[in-house]
Amino acid sequence: MAVKKISKVQPENFEFNKKNKETADIIIKNYPSGKQQSAVMALLYLAQKQNDNWIPLSAMKYIAKYLDMPYIKVYEVATFYSMYNLTPVGKYFFQVCTTTPCMLRGAYNLVEVCKKKISEEENMLSKDGKTSWLEVECLGACVNAPMLQLNEDYFEDLDSAKLEKIIDKISNNEVPQPGSYRGRLSSEPENTRKTLIGIKNA
Amino acid sequence: MLEDKDRIFKNLYNDFGPDLASAKQRGDWKNTKEICEKGREWIIDEIKTSELRGRGGAGFPTGLKWSFAPKEVGSRPHYLVINADESEPGTCKDRDILRFEPHKLIEGCLIASYAVNAHKCYIYIRGEYFNEGQKLQIAIDEAYKDGLLGKNSAGTGWELDIYIHYGAGAYICGEETALLESIEGKKGQPRLKPPFPALIGLYGCPTIINNVETISVVPTILRKGGKWFSSLGRPKNTGSKIYCISGNVNNPCNVEEEMGIPLKELIEKHAGGVIGGWDNLKAVIPGGSSMPLLPKETCETIKMDFDACVENKTGLGTAGIVVINKDQDIIKCMARIARFYKHESCGQCTPCREGSGWMWRMLERMAKGEATRDEVDMLLDVTKQIEGHTICAFGEGSSWPVQGLIRNFKDEIIERNKFDPIVKKQKDIPYLVDQHLLDKDNA
Repeated sequence: MAVKKISKVQPENFEFNKKNKETADIIIKNYPSGKQQSAVMALLYLAQKQNDNWIPLSAMKYIAKYLDMPYIKVYEVATFYSMYNLTPVGKYFFQVCTTTPCMLRGAYNLVEVCKKKISEEENMLSKDGKTSWLEVECLGACVNAPMLQLNEDYFEDLDSAKLEKIIDKISNNEVPQPGSYRGRLSSEPENTRKTLIGIKNA
Repeated sequence: MLEDKDRIFKNLYNDFGPDLASAKQRGDWKNTKEICEKGREWIIDEIKTSELRGRGGAGFPTGLKWSFAPKEVGSRPHYLVINADESEPGTCKDRDILRFEPHKLIEGCLIASYAVNAHKCYIYIRGEYFNEGQKLQIAIDEAYKDGLLGKNSAGTGWELDIYIHYGAGAYICGEETALLESIEGKKGQPRLKPPFPALIGLYGCPTIINNVETISVVPTILRKGGKWFSSLGRPKNTGSKIYCISGNVNNPCNVEEEMGIPLKELIEKHAGGVIGGWDNLKAVIPGGSSMPLLPKETCETIKMDFDACVENKTGLGTAGIVVINKDQDIIKCMARIARFYKHESCGQCTPCREGSGWMWRMLERMAKGEATRDEVDMLLDVTKQIEGHTICAFGEGSSWPVQGLIRNFKDEIIERNKFDPIVKKQKDIPYLVDQHLLDKDNA
């Protein structure tokens, strides 16, 4: 299990904005009445999005009241799942997959680039305060390895030079293009496709 | 090799677009009403005839699973839950179904819900697949608009609502009972079985849980007939399957192939061969990281289906094939997998929570050559103490890859870890039992 640290600096209050409140009420209706606790994961996501990509304790207390469940249950969920950030992260949050299939194709080279270009350590903000990075476990895009996730988007088929370019783009306030960086549109084999050809041409 | 006309996922590479119109052109949503009119018994029997086995890893017969659901709806509603929490390292097939073939999944959901009497279906997607989930939501909205879901789904008279529930980065939520806990808004820690989810599942109600790929192939099977599906592959291992080939191959890819295709053919033909040639092959993990690896000799001949893999002391799992060539350090690769399991253990059962960390630390030392010779046997002993002593199959999943490493590459580990802690010099203090501790060399 991963150790999760709670941020020392915490905002006093948290409340959903109007739009998120509406979304939250729609989500709660997805579950049977009386089972509103099921919505806790989705509401934590909303809170995380509203609060610059991290969840303060006050948000957990707020959600607990919102869903009429004990605070500790919300806290449990927030600390159990790895995608909830309990400390501030960069506006651009790089998550580099380094599990074996990515590692075999050079994921640790990407980690080196992150160390060089963003910050020495994981979860440390870069000098301009915009980016941070983290080594994560398998992101489920193994045939497009090595890859990383930047906020919600997947960046696939990378290498050190390509990642450096992506980071440079971000520091120049440009938006890098997600997807494959070798021009692949899906997980088909490059150049040597042997299947589904007849149908494609038909 | 499977012919294109027998392939189920015709849009696996997104040649046509995932939208409803093109999905209908490919034959989705055709005769859905007629299929459902043939009745629950017929659907379940046809799936039993097809001998479809679950594609999520365990390979449990799908028809049998559906027949476990109570025949009549009692006081508690039934649920259908789709497991799209694909996190097994080496596996990325469900992602392509979610983004390119969502209508196969949705139609499968309707038929399966009808077969097991469920009016509500939850699709549990891992949180990292946010974009894929959005694409699926678009497809669901399309289906609602077209009357394929809702009060009278596709004219069948069956009411079905599909909801997406996002996970948040926990591998263990791919375990079916942990997944249910997670939907209920709790920590994803597996439940004891029995009671099985088919009787007491989500919110204590009868629940059938299937993998994305399993459900997505159902409509095609029912349209083309269970006999057609079972004519592919060999008995008990029928049909086609999406294989994900990653690692040290020239062209990593997903490909749908017949069950029982030789592993060598998959790697050489579809994935463009091993980097550095076939002779540069070191080992292959055949079914996602939790299955024991295969040495090169076995890779020459093995056929990729459930039973053939078991005969070779491994498992087909999710068919996520990870190819490792000789340029890699096999012990390091396995140490990284052990780290994955250490990170993902839910912490409920002590053998797994503690043991997965032990295995990782021992393997890291072995990769550096800092372990003693005896530790190899000790590591094997640790794996045996985790396996079978946990609530869910995570214990097996974390210990099997280590066992596979020791079974096939023990010599290599011992060669690297020659350090022998035998006391060489002895000081002559007869009354001191631990006298070797006095010696700095041995400390």
